[in-house]
Amino acid sequence: MTRTSLVGALRSPLTFSVLAGLVIGALFLVGTGADPFTAYGAVVTGALGADGIGSTLTTGTSVLGLALALAVPLRAGLINLGGDGQMVLGGITAAVTGLNSPLPAPLTVVLALLAGTAAGAGYAVLAALCENHLGVPLLVSSLLLSYPAVSLASYLARYPLKEPGSSLPQTRALPDGVALPAFGASTVTLGLVLVLVAAAAYWFTDRRTALGYEIRMTGLNSRFAAYAGVERRGLTLRLMSVSGGLAGLVGAIGVLSFPYRFVDGSLTAPGYTWTGLTAALLAGAAPLGTVIAAFFFAVLQVGGLAMERTTEVPRELTQVLQAVVIVFLAARLRFPGRLFRKREAV
Amino acid sequence: MLLDSDLVMSALRALTPILLAALGGALCERAGVFNIGLEGMMLLGCFTSVATSWFTGSPWLGVLAAALAAAAYSLILAVGAVTLKGDAVVLGIAMNLLAVGLTSFLLRTVFGVQGTFDDPSLQGLPLIGGFSPLAYLSWAAVAVAALLLSRHVWGLRLRGVGEAPDAAATLGVRPATYQYAVILLSGVLCGLAGAQLALGNVTLFTENMTAGRGWIAVVAVMLGRAAPLGVLLAALLFGLAEAAGFRLQGLGLPQQATDAAPYVVTLGALFLTTARRRRLPRPSGARP
Repeated sequence: MTRTSLVGALRSPLTFSVLAGLVIGALFLVGTGADPFTAYGAVVTGALGADGIGSTLTTGTSVLGLALALAVPLRAGLINLGGDGQMVLGGITAAVTGLNSPLPAPLTVVLALLAGTAAGAGYAVLAALCENHLGVPLLVSSLLLSYPAVSLASYLARYPLKEPGSSLPQTRALPDGVALPAFGASTVTLGLVLVLVAAAAYWFTDRRTALGYEIRMTGLNSRFAAYAGVERRGLTLRLMSVSGGLAGLVGAIGVLSFPYRFVDGSLTAPGYTWTGLTAALLAGAAPLGTVIAAFFFAVLQVGGLAMERTTEVPRELTQVLQAVVIVFLAARLRFPGRLFRKREAV
Repeated sequence: MLLDSDLVMSALRALTPILLAALGGALCERAGVFNIGLEGMMLLGCFTSVATSWFTGSPWLGVLAAALAAAAYSLILAVGAVTLKGDAVVLGIAMNLLAVGLTSFLLRTVFGVQGTFDDPSLQGLPLIGGFSPLAYLSWAAVAVAALLLSRHVWGLRLRGVGEAPDAAATLGVRPATYQYAVILLSGVLCGLAGAQLALGNVTLFTENMTAGRGWIAVVAVMLGRAAPLGVLLAALLFGLAEAAGFRLQGLGLPQQATDAAPYVVTLGALFLTTARRRRLPRPSGARP
């Protein structure tokens, strides 16, 4: 790396934001009486060590899936905040399909994945229709639609579909064989491969196709894109169906992996949607960057648990860290640069 | 009987936090700042009010601390969006996330508990005539904001900043000053909203206890077209939905149905109003 490109990388808002996040996290650690080096060391060894790597890849599957789901519309400047609802509907649909399908187990798995994807896509399209035909901003319609979906899935898991005799709010376990194959004895399943394939497809579309170019152009300057003939409503509809489909797929993968059933809250409680959005924002929705950012945050999330065990600092610190990174990035702060330069006249 | 005076009373209680937050959001909207950080500022207000009330024994100091803390927090939006010209939408989302993490983190480091902090000796706000003092304050704030925007020169300039910032700047009005003022004011109002939620409606703190109310406030700003009286009506709609939900739960409807009710009603109202006038005013900070 030449000297100028090194300086350039250091001064990029991205590097600054991540470093600033880590420094502020360190201040918090010092504030609670922990040694930042021990704590961060525990995060890294806890997430990437032999005991943690499986967990990191499992969490990474969900985080990356939702990061992609949110990156696809974000590339065109659209923000889908309804990931929770779309994911949960995908999960409960996959569970119902898996429990009731008359097909042999391997085909049932495929059917459940497709059904979950379709459910998420269909629900996300609803939000797109709200924006296109009712003028309700996507940001708001997708988020508000998410709450009833989460409530509905919760109701289904607690009452009509509840496992008889169980005290937990969960559906019955899927039949034998209705599960995504796992790698060895780990909890990492074929779902990781599916999500990585989706990332590769996104990279290809973004870089190599006219559609990808239209999406990026809309994100950079939507008026110019419209002038150049990009049909915005259709694009919104298509992007949201892909976005919701990916979120639904993540829900289906969650149900078809351990514990092989829909458990109320297990998909939404870890906050995959928000972590995924944070990753997509950090990467500016660029395909490769989104993959890297998603795994960075998966490491933080899983490593946070190890940090909590070693230093007794609550794992919620990693959530603070994520948000701080995005605050800095959104304000477009960078190394000395802007703060010390004379501001242009208003 | 579903609709009676009890229901109206509980609706009026439920609407107070939404109304306070939405008033702040409406003022920001008028000055051309799309503020979707209401949820986070409110949540920070919830925690600060509970922590302060617990340590000092005075809910009033809790209210004051909540207002100050949320105002300080709102500086992130002011500096980021107004001075550094960052993206207000992304900043707002990040502020909401940060507040969830920060309050959960502090809940565990300060009180050593996870989930909920609930203690019999925690002092809540007193009720006067069935309402907390903050409820009366919120109604007064509607009147003050309405008069300010329609009659006072400050309000007229504020609207000028939002509608034509360049023209306002030409006339010697500094847009940034007005935008900082309304963002800080929205912080104060959201802090009060949080205090009302945590010390008025109940007397406890739960992780993520705002549960989307800040977002409902954002919708109330749109529904009410950023006018104080319109915002009041929109917040009343939400209050009725929440109160009716609780009532129906008492009649045996599952909790999940009533949890979803306010969001469904809010969405329904959005559909109805936009079906009538076709398009909502687009939030100023949102992408075209």
